[in-house]
Amino acid sequence: MRFKLNRKKREVHLGDRVFAFILKVPSVALVLLLVSIAYYLFRNALPVIHKQGWSFVTTSVWDPVNDVYGALPVVYGTVVSSFIAILISTPLSVGVALFLTEIAPTRVGRVVGFLVEMLAAIPSVVYGLWGIFVLAPWLRTTVEPFLAKTMGFLPFFQGAPYGVGMLAAGIILAIMITPTISSISREIFNAIPRVQREAALALGSTRWEMMRLSVLQSARRGIIGAVILGLGRALGETMAVTMLIGNRHEVSASLFAPGSTMASIIANEYAEATSDVHVAALVEVGLLLFAVTFVINSLARLFISRGFRWGAPSNSPGGAK
Amino acid sequence: MQRHFADYIFRSYRKRKAINALMCGLLVLAATLAIFPLFSVFGYVVAQGYSALNWEFFTAVPKPVGEIGGGMANALLGTCTLVALASLIGIPWGVSVALYLSEYGGKQGRGRFAGVVRFSADMLSSIPSIIVGLFVYALVVITMRRFSAVAGGLALGILMIPTVCRTTEELLRMIPEHIREAGLALGLPRWKVILWIILKGSRGPITTGIMLSIARVSGETAPLLFTAFNNRFWQSGLDQPIASLPVQIYTYAISPYDDWHRQAWAGALLLVMLVFAMNLLTRVVFNSGGNSKKQGGN
Repeated sequence: MRFKLNRKKREVHLGDRVFAFILKVPSVALVLLLVSIAYYLFRNALPVIHKQGWSFVTTSVWDPVNDVYGALPVVYGTVVSSFIAILISTPLSVGVALFLTEIAPTRVGRVVGFLVEMLAAIPSVVYGLWGIFVLAPWLRTTVEPFLAKTMGFLPFFQGAPYGVGMLAAGIILAIMITPTISSISREIFNAIPRVQREAALALGSTRWEMMRLSVLQSARRGIIGAVILGLGRALGETMAVTMLIGNRHEVSASLFAPGSTMASIIANEYAEATSDVHVAALVEVGLLLFAVTFVINSLARLFISRGFRWGAPSNSPGGAK
Repeated sequence: MQRHFADYIFRSYRKRKAINALMCGLLVLAATLAIFPLFSVFGYVVAQGYSALNWEFFTAVPKPVGEIGGGMANALLGTCTLVALASLIGIPWGVSVALYLSEYGGKQGRGRFAGVVRFSADMLSSIPSIIVGLFVYALVVITMRRFSAVAGGLALGILMIPTVCRTTEELLRMIPEHIREAGLALGLPRWKVILWIILKGSRGPITTGIMLSIARVSGETAPLLFTAFNNRFWQSGLDQPIASLPVQIYTYAISPYDDWHRQAWAGALLLVMLVFAMNLLTRVVFNSGGNSKKQGGN
């Protein structure tokens, strides 16, 4: 039973009424804050929405000098880099979560769990720095030539190995979203009752069969939710991607080629944008990004809260962790 | 599920054992692979950053382009200023929302309005931080007609609200109901129970949670790029552009100068140390506080 503000039935202490009001104001303001973020973005994007309409997202020329803006390449870059990240990170994160809940001894699990959480705590700009000086040279000299040699017949692995580019951005994103996906998968695995596992083992399944039958089967929905949440993080990640993607406004099939994402183009151009339309165009990119992450995260919330079929759903599944 | 099971049973035992060993091996490999970047990042940051940390780094402002030397003193002070401003906004706001949700949020905090507030907090924490930068730009920078420390502080403060709110609410929820009832039974009005018993009693953990969110927010770069901007000199006022550690790291990292790269690593070392220390501290406080949330640690 929590305190209720039921003025009809009970007389409420004046101090209580004042205090409740004081607490309610910031809560209302928080909701208004979110609404006003959306409103401001929309209002400041209006010049470009009026001027270009849908061609903004369907064309690919981005020319601030002539005030022509087509956001297709950044949308493409965002989708591709996030897709690479999800592709790498999903098996890895689910593997980590399984390792932590099913295999690792408590002490090992605790340490590894902490280390994985620390991955989420490293600031994005530090990942960017590491990416520029460690990851990108490694990709340029080792990974990309190797991929070109073995799978060069695919259009994704053709062209000069720059190091920085779509692949580098995707990999850094994969590293950054792994803690998100794995910590939520882990919570979901933990919520699955012990007896479910024991039942599978009692029927003679091996440990892996037990994981497949009683853990992964029942956690499918939750895992999908976790991956969607990771996707939401990947779409909006700014600094590391800006430093690693190469910032070129082009659609290119090759993953070695530089590109740019919605977040990175804002980070790169906003402070230097001079014409009003240029600013508005960048704000519209921001508006799109806002809308997409909003939808994605709501979706993830839905999946995750239903993913807990046993045990109580946690209060705040959409963790920022 | 039964059909699945039949598949397994008719396979040969040895094959099943082999698959089991292989998959368990792969899971261990996945865990190793996932934490490998952490060691790599940490190793490079320490190795590269440590050599660049010296007295000058902490005391000098950046030298003009091309000259070797100089430090990040102004950026360090700038980050402190920005974080202080952010705390002024984010902590009271976040804590009071958390109090509202846990104490007045209806049964189990599941009232309808509480749901809306919690959803907003969740969304606020999951939208990209650069969007908050765009918002503050529209709200403050355009109105004031210049980049300023206030704008940067506001952007960081907004980003702090959801994290402070979530950790505080989770902690408040752990306080058993009978503590509140005991206070009420003494005839205290609710606001006194909330302030002097609930909040005061969980002061320690809440402070730790807040410090963690401060550490997190002090590494934020994206929202500062066009709110606080950057400044190569000492800050001259809260209504002026201000340097900050993350933005300075970013600028130096993408610059072509070796000496700047060196300083970027040193800055990164400071940031990483801060974040690691805070996380370790949180872990120690929460584990020794006897209120570990789940078995097997969190």
